[in-house]
Amino acid sequence: MSIKLALDQNPQANPLRGSLAVPAADLHLRIKMSSLNFYYGSKQALFGINLGIAANRITALIGPSGCGKSTLLRTLNRMHETLRHTRLEGEILLNDENILEMDVTRLRRRVGMVFQRPNPFPKSIYDNVAYGLRVNGYQGSLDEAVERSLRRAALWEEVKDQLHKSAYGLSGGQQQRLCIARALAVGPEVLLLDEPCSALDPVNTAKIEELLFELKQHWTIVIVTHNMQQAARVSDFTAFLLNGHLVEFRPTPQLFTTPADPRTEAYITGRFG
Amino acid sequence: MATAAIPVKHAGPGWGLRALARRLRNGDEIAHLFTLVFAASVILITSLLVYELWVNSALARHKFGLSFLFTRVWDPIFDQFGALPFVYGTLVTSAVALVIAVPVGLGAAIFLAELAPPKISGALAFVIDLLAAVPSVIYGLLGIFVVVPLLREYVQPFLKATLGFLPLFQGPIYGVGFLAAGVVLAVMVVPFIISVSREVLLGVPGDQREAALALGATRWEATWKVVVPYARTGILGSIFLALARALGETMAVTMVIGNNPQISASLFAPGYSIAAVIANEFSEATGDLYLHALVELGLVLFLLTFILNGLARLLILATTQRGVGQE
Repeated sequence: MSIKLALDQNPQANPLRGSLAVPAADLHLRIKMSSLNFYYGSKQALFGINLGIAANRITALIGPSGCGKSTLLRTLNRMHETLRHTRLEGEILLNDENILEMDVTRLRRRVGMVFQRPNPFPKSIYDNVAYGLRVNGYQGSLDEAVERSLRRAALWEEVKDQLHKSAYGLSGGQQQRLCIARALAVGPEVLLLDEPCSALDPVNTAKIEELLFELKQHWTIVIVTHNMQQAARVSDFTAFLLNGHLVEFRPTPQLFTTPADPRTEAYITGRFG
Repeated sequence: MATAAIPVKHAGPGWGLRALARRLRNGDEIAHLFTLVFAASVILITSLLVYELWVNSALARHKFGLSFLFTRVWDPIFDQFGALPFVYGTLVTSAVALVIAVPVGLGAAIFLAELAPPKISGALAFVIDLLAAVPSVIYGLLGIFVVVPLLREYVQPFLKATLGFLPLFQGPIYGVGFLAAGVVLAVMVVPFIISVSREVLLGVPGDQREAALALGATRWEATWKVVVPYARTGILGSIFLALARALGETMAVTMVIGNNPQISASLFAPGYSIAAVIANEFSEATGDLYLHALVELGLVLFLLTFILNGLARLLILATTQRGVGQE
């Protein structure tokens, strides 16, 4: 496994290029991105990103607003294709399979996504979780699958007596966990979270973070967050992006304690962003 | 009114002329007063309308009572008046119009809102809004010169040959009749359905669409199973707006419906609608009873619209509750 976890196009910027202090032996990479360029129309948003996402770990993407972290996340399940005039160059491998050549609906079943604001459907709790299963023609017992997903999202105990009530009756934090259950129900390998706690209070944020610890036993998780404390708390690896460039990508404790790049240090010490 | 005014007097902080002047200078009070008057005028006009219809139909109401609604005869010479053929014609033509217009309108709205490039969508929406503003007499002409010949030469013979076993498509072919009126009404109301439904669909939050796509739904599945259900209430609203327009449409209908007060199961047969008969016969209604019978028809149309709107509200309420709440 000689994949380089992080590489910056600018050689001076990353003294650690090619040599990440991660024991490569027990690290399986679920996703490998190489030479990724992304364009909104003629405006380039990502510049030559090389990044590996470790299986059953939490990888956090941090950086100031507009740095491209959400864009990067959305390329992983090709959600960028819902926007017009976008273009992606490079290669993204999911278990050594090129996702750009995959059927997009199949890809999105394998790479689930949770969004910034809780966005349940105006349906019952049950139907929300069952939606993806129904769309994908799930053959097994829906009831079991719904219960399993809600349990995994640590929501079952709170909602088991009101499965057929509106999802809109839940609190914001519960709605977000419902969205996680909905994503898990489809049976993905990877879970993408786009600032999942930015609309939540600290108590609910803590619940979600706790849940992420549980989830990484079975899933590979990529989380975008503007909250550095959150990245430090939950993630195993952290990537710092700036203006569409990957500046630094290292195990989280190292990145936050001994950043190698002065720009990373400036950002995590709050000097900009 | 008088009793309500008294507590207001005492509740206000100071009721002297100076206080009033100060409050008026504020602007808020003036705006409040004016908007209140305008809002109240809507209720006033509606009540006046009902009152006038009620008073001016007194003779017919007393003579025929409820049987007015169930009588099939309309014979001004012998002073026999019944509303049934007109109610039937109004309902049937509106139903035909909706059967045609709802799928077409909804389909077009989905295309414009979800699938078409924004520029094309915007341009088409502009044209559609123009269509909604075309005077109905123009649609009537279109009906006479295009729809009726087409129906007579091609569509009705085809329907008779293929679906002729249904009572709906039997009997002699005239061209004019329920079907022609229904088709012209459909053409007229489609722009309403498209325009309103498109706005509603565009108003569906993008994160709903994204949530469905991220679960592996195809674009069509996301549209049909998430976006359209989310917009359901507004789409139903657009359909009822179209229905209201179809029920009351006068000019275009009278030009193509055949103006014959009869009840026939066949859509090919000529008929008559409430609005059409009022417009056609009002000027030549010689006797008082005749006049009052026409006004009572107006009252019936008003009630019909009222009841259908009420049912529409109930339906919207029921679907939003079954679908467990929009917001």
